Amino acid sequence: MSKSLVYLDHAATTPMRPDAVEAMLPFLTQTYANPSGSHRFAREARRAIDEARDVVAGVIGCLPGEVVFNGGGTEGDNTAIRGGIERRGGVVVCSAAEHHAVLHCVEHEKGHVVGVDSAGVIDLADLERVLRTELDVSNESNVSNVSVVSVMAVNNETGAITDMRAVSRLVRSLAPGALLHTDAVQAACWLDLRTIWPLVDAMALSAHKFGGPKGVGVLAVRAGSDVAPLILGGGQERDRRSGTHNVAGIVALARALESTDRERAAECARVEALRETLVARLMSVGGVHRTIPADRAVPGVAHVCIADVESEALLYLLDEGGVCASAASACASGAMEPSHVLAAMGVDRGLAQGALRLSLGHTTTESDVDEAATVVTSAIERIRSATRGR
Amino acid sequence: MSGGVDSSVAAALLLEQGHQVVGVTMRLWGGESDTGCCSVSDVDDARRVAQQLGIDHLVFNFTDDFHRHVVDPYVADHARGITPNPCIECNRYLKFDRLLERADVLGFDAVATGHHARIENIDGVWRLLRGADDAKDQSYVIHMLDQDALSRTLLPVGTLTKVEVRAHATRLGLRTATKPDSQDVCFITSTKSPDGATGRSSFLRRRIELHAADVVDDAGEHVGRVDAVELVTLGQRRGVAGGGGTKRFVVDVDVPQRRVVVGPESLLLVDRELGSSPTWTHGPVDGRVWVQCSAHGEPRAGSIRTNGVDGNQVDVVWDEPQRRVSPGQSLVFYDRDGGWVLGGATTASLTTSASR
Repeated sequence: MSKSLVYLDHAATTPMRPDAVEAMLPFLTQTYANPSGSHRFAREARRAIDEARDVVAGVIGCLPGEVVFNGGGTEGDNTAIRGGIERRGGVVVCSAAEHHAVLHCVEHEKGHVVGVDSAGVIDLADLERVLRTELDVSNESNVSNVSVVSVMAVNNETGAITDMRAVSRLVRSLAPGALLHTDAVQAACWLDLRTIWPLVDAMALSAHKFGGPKGVGVLAVRAGSDVAPLILGGGQERDRRSGTHNVAGIVALARALESTDRERAAECARVEALRETLVARLMSVGGVHRTIPADRAVPGVAHVCIADVESEALLYLLDEGGVCASAASACASGAMEPSHVLAAMGVDRGLAQGALRLSLGHTTTESDVDEAATVVTSAIERIRSATRGR
Repeated sequence: MSGGVDSSVAAALLLEQGHQVVGVTMRLWGGESDTGCCSVSDVDDARRVAQQLGIDHLVFNFTDDFHRHVVDPYVADHARGITPNPCIECNRYLKFDRLLERADVLGFDAVATGHHARIENIDGVWRLLRGADDAKDQSYVIHMLDQDALSRTLLPVGTLTKVEVRAHATRLGLRTATKPDSQDVCFITSTKSPDGATGRSSFLRRRIELHAADVVDDAGEHVGRVDAVELVTLGQRRGVAGGGGTKRFVVDVDVPQRRVVVGPESLLLVDRELGSSPTWTHGPVDGRVWVQCSAHGEPRAGSIRTNGVDGNQVDVVWDEPQRRVSPGQSLVFYDRDGGWVLGGATTASLTTSASR
């Protein structure tokens, strides 16, 4: 296809930053040693990881020893939840809008799923109720049964930002011994992680969401927290995540995170303006509903629900028009599943079937937004008139 | 593209004929499936074939419609003693309704499938004809297509024999070339569970109560019991009380009364049959026709007449006495001269000698 794509699916993944690509190449081609080795060649690779660790710790605001490199956000979520339960027993609690990497773990561990409000963030009253239940159920010494609480910092579908301070306050008071984990995979580009880290015990990040490569991530775990490793083996990452380090990936992750952090404030402003332009044009078609208010979402996500349109059909026409976007998540077969996030938010089922997520990123331009708005609005009109005609 | 060899070759043929093709797999059933139709691994096969052919592959989630129009009625019908054909309902509501509609919305001119049948325009009328390979003809399961659907449907493999289809797939190096045909209903596992229960009985047992029933012979003598009256089909021979010299068939099934009657084949023979909710390819037809009563059954000679409110019933009179058709099955009418499908109807629920 000669026409270049308009890529508005940055929440799914974002192109690698050129500086991150450049940083990682020598570790693929020259400094290829296994960092666990005992020779100086290995020590070069080892040093690259240690430096990466310092950089990541600086951006998160945690200790270098609290940084665990792994295979990605899903692995980080799994480790925090399943590894937390394994060491502590007890019950895990999460919100209904969590990514499946958290939800399925919680379901697997037969934990509690707390409702969300209409803005798609955890319902604090409901969370409090659940925490109190688990408190009362146990003995007189008022120890909570809850050992892990997992609440995402930013929702991947709607871009909704959780008030982590309020969540943390609640959890610390009603379940002080619990590991508070946050899936911050969608947060790195838009929020200062240093403001979140003091509130939690574990934080999962995924490199390919902030301009790093796929297949590498970070789970930050507060020192002294007891979390069992998911993967056993050679004992890398201080026995917290065995397996030969993805040196090149880790180096790229650190570079991408550092660049993202440095540019964040400016990017937030730039992208927010683009997002507002896009949403305004979409809403001018009529029957296009903004799913959550602008000030509740990160700048990069434009999520709407479109009346009288099916997401599947819309995405097909967008694809034909060279626009990459998404709606809800896909299942193993590749078919779209109805959004559990919208369902949890109580969005009308018919409207939820017309969900559309356009997500912006570091490479998004004004012309992308302009082109996308044109393609989307004409696709909406086309589908509506075709459906009207029958 | 179901993930089978027929739809794989259908896509290939369309490309050879110069069409712009997009491959679609419908996600219909979210549960377990080992039958070779539309499971996750079948979607993988379909996608890979699409990649080999150089066409886009899409997956449409029609699970809601599938549950509403195919699975839920399948379950409810069994509870009433009706044995539906879910593959026909899938064709009726999903493949040639929902999918055709989606294709239209997206600006496509037609939908094609790997069904073994043929569509031709004869004297200005769209006709659905049997496939070239009589043993594999599938016109029966897509009999409900009307002029609008027929004018927008292509059946590329209907002119080829199964052997030719597989040869074509092999020539193209398609991964599905040697894949066995799916035989069973896509949402019923074909393997038995460890306790010997069939996929169908396990599936239904989880959704409705299955009741044991008495089996009596035509003289009223109690001859046995069955575990699940809802699973007994008119005309079946296996699984009912046997013994004695003559072959015994199920000649009546009364689900509310929990009673199965077995008797000789002669008790199954009737002069007529009643079909309801008929569909027609080109308007109602009265007169002499061939009638096929199962996917690969021998066509029977008979006459049909439409009646009832809004023509919602079809009276079928057999030339010679024929076995009763199990309620829920389709009667498909074929033109005696042209051989094309005229339409079809569903046999009504059992009206037994015991009044309901």
